[in-house]
Amino acid sequence: MELILQQMPVVIRSLNVGFLQTLRLFFVTGLGAIPLGLVIALGSMSRFRPLSLLTRFVVWVVRGTPLMIQLLIIYYFPGRVLNNNIWGSGEAGRFLASAIAFIFNYACYFSEIYRGGIQSIPKGQQEAGLVLGMTRSQIFFKITLLQVIKRIVPPMSNEIITLVKDTALARIIALQEIIWAGQSFLKGSSGIAGAIWPLFFTAVYYLAFTGVVTLVLGRLEKRLDYFR
Amino acid sequence: MAILDVKDIRKSFGQTQVLKGIGFSLERGQVVSVIGSSGSGKTTLLRCLNFLERPDGGSIAVNGEILFDAADPATQREAEIRRKRLHFGLVFQSFNLFPQYTALENVTLAGRLLAKEEPDYKTRKKEMFERIDAEARRLLAQMGLSDRMNNYPHQLSGGQQQRVAIARALALRPDILCFDEPTSALDPELTQEVLRVIRQLAERQTTMIIVTHEMAFARDVSSQVIFMDGGVVVEQGEPAQVIGAPTQARTRQFLDSYSQN
Ligand SMILES: Nc1ncnc2c1ncn2[C@@H]1O[C@H](COP(=O)(O)OP(=O)(O)O)[C@@H](O)[C@H]1O
Ligand SMILES: [Mg+2]
Repeated sequence: MELILQQMPVVIRSLNVGFLQTLRLFFVTGLGAIPLGLVIALGSMSRFRPLSLLTRFVVWVVRGTPLMIQLLIIYYFPGRVLNNNIWGSGEAGRFLASAIAFIFNYACYFSEIYRGGIQSIPKGQQEAGLVLGMTRSQIFFKITLLQVIKRIVPPMSNEIITLVKDTALARIIALQEIIWAGQSFLKGSSGIAGAIWPLFFTAVYYLAFTGVVTLVLGRLEKRLDYFR
Repeated sequence: MAILDVKDIRKSFGQTQVLKGIGFSLERGQVVSVIGSSGSGKTTLLRCLNFLERPDGGSIAVNGEILFDAADPATQREAEIRRKRLHFGLVFQSFNLFPQYTALENVTLAGRLLAKEEPDYKTRKKEMFERIDAEARRLLAQMGLSDRMNNYPHQLSGGQQQRVAIARALALRPDILCFDEPTSALDPELTQEVLRVIRQLAERQTTMIIVTHEMAFARDVSSQVIFMDGGVVVEQGEPAQVIGAPTQARTRQFLDSYSQN
């Protein structure tokens, strides 16, 4: 116990650095996947059959395979198979590869939520707008969008909380996120070696962060409570 | 000149022909009621008039201007359809109010969006919005909803929601206001409050097409009744004649089945 207290300041400093990378991956994924998901949703709902079939196939593949494998393929395929390591060997390349894998994977999940949300809006809403002389884009932005958002906030909240924890998967390509930082004290880092507790302690960070995310999303859900 | 002239409207869904050549005309200030059993094509007819369905044949003219002619592609340009719709208003059986807007906002929304298309929108925006707002308040008051303007649809009864929907349709001053079974989703009590405001509109010479199963009401407010069956107009004329003394066997049969219920 005394030893842990002694190690604490060094470990915390290092975990904080790792957690910053975790947060970066989380926010970049959110920022990228939320709009990309809409594009994919529109593709899968397209009246142009080849496009919708292709989109649905891609979504099926992405949702049907582990994100960890997608990460490995995106990171190692260019270098090991094509002999063209576009990611380089640094942390920046690992982050970029992780971000791309996460954005694409999560966009596919989000797209299904969006599609369900959009299709759950009664057709009468759109028709009421049309009859009142509104354009398709006015109907989407002024009528449909907020109703869709209201319906997708609960399932999106689930996905976003999963994302917080999924960022740990980037450890597999040695992204220096918080798990990597915690694990480094096992092998030895900053004069501490053979310590497993920092790795366990990372759970506290995840728990605190999912707590904050749950709170924020819960408030958003509340704010949309004024209509049904 | 007739305000509305509908000629030989035909519409099929796949193999089934739902409208088999519907024609009628309507004078300004007249009310025509459309009656007929379920599945006879009444909703489809209203949807054609509001350009929610595209007829396969026939024409629609308002104030002598041909808005749609199945034989003339120049009348079917997508870009113009939106404006043409504004000749008609449509009140749905299921109200279709926008849930995220208050009663007042439901009534003002479309008008505000249309105002953006006016050439002097930028300079006169405030004045335009005030006018739209005042008109919406007047209409809601006329519908007996003065104290409900700031409520959201889910806070209103079905009858109140339908009256908001009527105000919303009236706000764009359509030439012809269409109702598709406006009271079918309502309890008898709420039905009466909605029929009362429609009756008021008839007294104010609002041109209306009303699809309804309320025979007594249709007989009362209409200048003309159309009985539809199987996608055709079977009988058409003064309400006292069509409902009171139908000449066609199918009309009698339909009305008998109603008086039994
Ligand atoms: N979009 C559609 N696709 C296929 N069939 C339809 C569609 N809309 C209506 N119909 C069919 O057309 C017929 C007439 O329907 P409708 O106009 O709703 O009749 P009403 O309003 O008189 O009850 C019905 O048999 C209905 O099933
Ligand atoms: Mg109907």
